[in-house]
Amino acid sequence: MFSLLRSMWLTFLHVFHKRETIQYPEQKAILPTRWRGRIVLSRDPDGGERCVACNLCAAACPVDCIALQATEDPTGRRYPEFFRINFSRCIFCGFCEDACPTYAIQLIPDFEMGEYNRQNLVYEKKDLLINGQGKYHGYNYYKVAGLAIGGKGKGEAENEAPPVDIRSLIP
Amino acid sequence: MATIYIDDKSYEVPTGKNLLEACLTLGKDLPYFCWHPAMGSIGACRQCAVKVYKDDNDTKGKLFMSCMEQVRDGMRISIADMEAKEFRAHVIGWLMTNHPHDCAVCDEGGACHLQDMTVMTGHNYRAYRFDKRTYINQYLGPFINHEMNRCIQCYRCVRYYKDYAGGKDLDVFAAHNHLYFGRHEDGVLESEFSGNLVEVCPTGVFTDKTLKQHYTRKWDLTMAPSVCHHCSLGCNISAGERYGTLRNITNRYNGEVNGYFLCDRGRFGYEHVNHVGRIRKPLVRAQLPEATDKYTALQAAAAAFRTGSVIGIGSPRASLESNFMLKTLVGDDNFHDGVSDNEHDLVCLALKILKEGAARTPSLWEVEQADAVFILGEDLLNTAPMLALAVRQSVRKQPSLEHISKANIPVWQDAAVRELMQDEMGPLFIATLHDTKFEEIATHTYHDSPDAIARLGFAVANFIQVDFPEVPGLNEDEIQLARQIADTLMAAKKPLLISGTHCGSERVLMATANIANALVAKEKEAGIVLTLPECNSMGLAMLGGHRLESAFGAILNGYADTVIILENDLYRRANEGMVTNFLKTAKNVIVLDHLHNATTEVAQILLAAGTFAEADGTLINNEGRAQRFFQVYPTGEDLQESWRWLGELGTLLHHDRISHWHGFDDVLQAMVKEMPEFKGIDAVAPGTDFRIAGQKIPRAPHRFSGRTAMLANINVNEPKPPVDPDAPLSYTMEGYRGQPPSSIIPFFWAPGWNSSQATNKYQQEVGGHLKGGDPGLRLIKPDTSKTAPFTQTVPQKFQPLEGHLYMLQLHHIFGSEELSMHSPPIVERAPEPYVLLNEEDAIQMKLQEGQSLSFTIEGQVYQLPVKISPIIRSGTAGMPAGLPGIPYAELPAWAILNRELKWKQQPQTTY
Ligand code: SF4
Ligand code: SF4
Ligand code: SF4
Ligand code: SF4
Ligand code: FES
Repeated sequence: MFSLLRSMWLTFLHVFHKRETIQYPEQKAILPTRWRGRIVLSRDPDGGERCVACNLCAAACPVDCIALQATEDPTGRRYPEFFRINFSRCIFCGFCEDACPTYAIQLIPDFEMGEYNRQNLVYEKKDLLINGQGKYHGYNYYKVAGLAIGGKGKGEAENEAPPVDIRSLIP
Repeated sequence: MATIYIDDKSYEVPTGKNLLEACLTLGKDLPYFCWHPAMGSIGACRQCAVKVYKDDNDTKGKLFMSCMEQVRDGMRISIADMEAKEFRAHVIGWLMTNHPHDCAVCDEGGACHLQDMTVMTGHNYRAYRFDKRTYINQYLGPFINHEMNRCIQCYRCVRYYKDYAGGKDLDVFAAHNHLYFGRHEDGVLESEFSGNLVEVCPTGVFTDKTLKQHYTRKWDLTMAPSVCHHCSLGCNISAGERYGTLRNITNRYNGEVNGYFLCDRGRFGYEHVNHVGRIRKPLVRAQLPEATDKYTALQAAAAAFRTGSVIGIGSPRASLESNFMLKTLVGDDNFHDGVSDNEHDLVCLALKILKEGAARTPSLWEVEQADAVFILGEDLLNTAPMLALAVRQSVRKQPSLEHISKANIPVWQDAAVRELMQDEMGPLFIATLHDTKFEEIATHTYHDSPDAIARLGFAVANFIQVDFPEVPGLNEDEIQLARQIADTLMAAKKPLLISGTHCGSERVLMATANIANALVAKEKEAGIVLTLPECNSMGLAMLGGHRLESAFGAILNGYADTVIILENDLYRRANEGMVTNFLKTAKNVIVLDHLHNATTEVAQILLAAGTFAEADGTLINNEGRAQRFFQVYPTGEDLQESWRWLGELGTLLHHDRISHWHGFDDVLQAMVKEMPEFKGIDAVAPGTDFRIAGQKIPRAPHRFSGRTAMLANINVNEPKPPVDPDAPLSYTMEGYRGQPPSSIIPFFWAPGWNSSQATNKYQQEVGGHLKGGDPGLRLIKPDTSKTAPFTQTVPQKFQPLEGHLYMLQLHHIFGSEELSMHSPPIVERAPEPYVLLNEEDAIQMKLQEGQSLSFTIEGQVYQLPVKISPIIRSGTAGMPAGLPGIPYAELPAWAILNRELKWKQQPQTTY
């Protein structure tokens, strides 16, 4: 009997607590930046496409909803010719973000992707690529990699010595 | 057999091997870089360290490089020992100090031996914090991409390229920690086998440039076991597809045939599959293309069949099944084999020699074991490249056989063996029309007309066995050479004779057969290899068809009015005028092919045939080995295998037998039943209903990505996975995950081994045969009792003819083969048209290099720029075979010089 009354009392006290329910959609929830929502492709600090079409995100995806094709610009910089995510399959696990060696693919705190037509959940590169660095600032994969691309020759990446002169006899 | 103890467990291993080989054969995971099963050990990378204990009481042990230690009975070793493990992890750590941060953009990634070994040793984090060494890359031609930063200095590339394949233009430069592996300057890699660098190099320094054009990771490819269609040797390949196009060709190990390697034509000649000139749907001339589909086209073809009398023309580049189906459909009397008449005779003769001659035809692996080789009339490097590579190995190995046993060093001790051998080469005699760079390893070469080569051959046979026909009128040098060759062949244990159809002379073939018979008569274990013009020339000859000439006759005489042509461009088989006349006279021309060409242009009904990547079938190689190739990816119903088109046509026509065949297995069964020479080819690969644990074998690796997105742009609802009605393979990643039977291995992969090095796990013994035996079934057996001379007729000496040149065909690895010439990188390597003249003839004709020579062969006028050679026999001349842009002529033949042109020379300057 006592415990019954106690429970009722405690429940009654909730009337005076601060409300957790918000009036969505009029009122938006504030989500942590680590929230795993809509997926974007970001750009590096120089404005170049970050994605190098390495296929790791696609391989990591447990539902196989990422498909892309690599291609290269005339200077040897690799990027995706197309990049497609089928969001009707995506489970927002974030494995792709974990796998990505370039911070290109990121899950952002936007979950408002509802569609009446399932076909509209297929996002192409034009729908995915944003004009910014997203959550991770400052990283530029091509500045670290040894591959030469337009504007960055051999030996010009971070922690790189100038190219070896193979005709030199100096020890 | 020896007993060794690995981590206190006892194992039986064969003696004579090194520890690394023994451990890998036992299925242990032991990392390595510089050792290669085909090239032996040099102990350069220090990656394969294990602990070796002196005896049972030794607990400390010592680190040894397992690839440099011979297996000894009772040996105690440890792979798991902490010190050994740490050592291996450190070695990788050091190798990685300069490694670029490239995996994401490296074409090797996902199939990289360095990645695998790094993961295997547990070297997870970079410890080195200083600057990395960098290099400038080189342009190495259209096949290979160079990214020198990724090198780990294992030396495999130069050992393969220079020692194994005989290349001259790849080497190691600079010193200490600046080693550079490349050419002395930018330029095209000259070797015909440069593509193997891609698989030999354990890192991404050398990668496939053609794959780069449409890059796909290995894990994303749908792969199928296939057979190379670019020459008669039938090397085994894995072909990979993604998004409906063929992406690359990789080696598929077959211990008996190609081993670990492929030639560049086979590896890079695949782009005809993706060519813009592909026929992708059936066409009927009388109908609009949009109104034509599979059924209307079949109806049109059936109507042509019903109203007319039909002859069929087969093809040596189509599968056995397709040719057999056509033969059944049109009837034995109306089936023609679709090759030039000379080729028909040559291939029939070659088959006869193999069946009725006394010597056995060895596989490529057996060729490597030969200890004396005589090549008659074949330019192997250009007509059967992998055979040239095999001959090179035999010549390299031969001297070591004797020395090594004396010096007491194991065969796999590559550096020591090379030191011992220096430049010593085994006996190799080459008699050809013109010189090639392959000849530098020959003991002696001889260049002359085909008849002279044949005469030399007959003389050799005569010296071996006196009751073989004598050759009158040889000069002193020739007699001496013939005697030397005869003596060498007699001194050898496994003498080998190589000839083929490419110099176009039956006499050369017969001379070869005579030598082989003579050797067998002397109780030698002689081998004979005959190369053939195309991938299924042998199959077609075994199937039997009438000559092309009689097909022309049948239409021109009105015996038949409809012709159905299977995967064959007749303009490459006979004189242009004749073919045009033939095709014009025929009322209905039905063509099945995969690429538009001159023949398909005149077709009234064109059926879109699948290439090797879109078809199942069997090919029979020059050795008589039946090998199965599998469809790589499914196609729509508008594009299908030729045999399926013909089968459906037969069903529509209510053909009494064909209408009962439902699918590939039925065709095979029927073939076996009706033609006893094909007994057993239904068992070359497991049948369609073969399953392991109730499952098919997957064509795609288990990490295949993008399945729910690849086609989502077309329709978000995923289609049902395509079903393969003809093979025990699935088109997806679903299926049995273990090792399939050797004939249906789509790709090599093992846990922890993503690169092609996973092959180790599929072999009975590392570097040996595949588990369950190497795929393929040999259909031809020699008749060892027939040691009489194959022929008694010896040709006369070659006599030049005034105002004429005896025109020979010269073959080019890049250029002479039809399909590979649809690959842009192959085209880039092909020669320009030319005519090759003897130096003295050129002086007489007042012609200089580059000037043009006009001549006529059977009414066909040619005008080609002259190339001059001191080697080609005076009175003969050479023309590139099969090169697009040069009209066909049946060679060898006499060319009549067009005089008016001959005198159009610049005035001579007198000094
Ligand atoms: S993992 Fe990153 S860089 Fe690689 S393909 Fe995916 S998004 Fe692009
Ligand atoms: S060679 Fe291997 S380890 Fe090196 S960058 Fe390429 S994939 Fe990565
Ligand atoms: S290029 Fe490749 S094969 Fe050659 S030494 Fe370097 S890593 Fe080894
Ligand atoms: S040797 Fe012939 S069969 Fe082998 S890969 Fe080369 S072209 Fe293909
Ligand atoms: S594999 Fe043994 S030292 Fe390189």
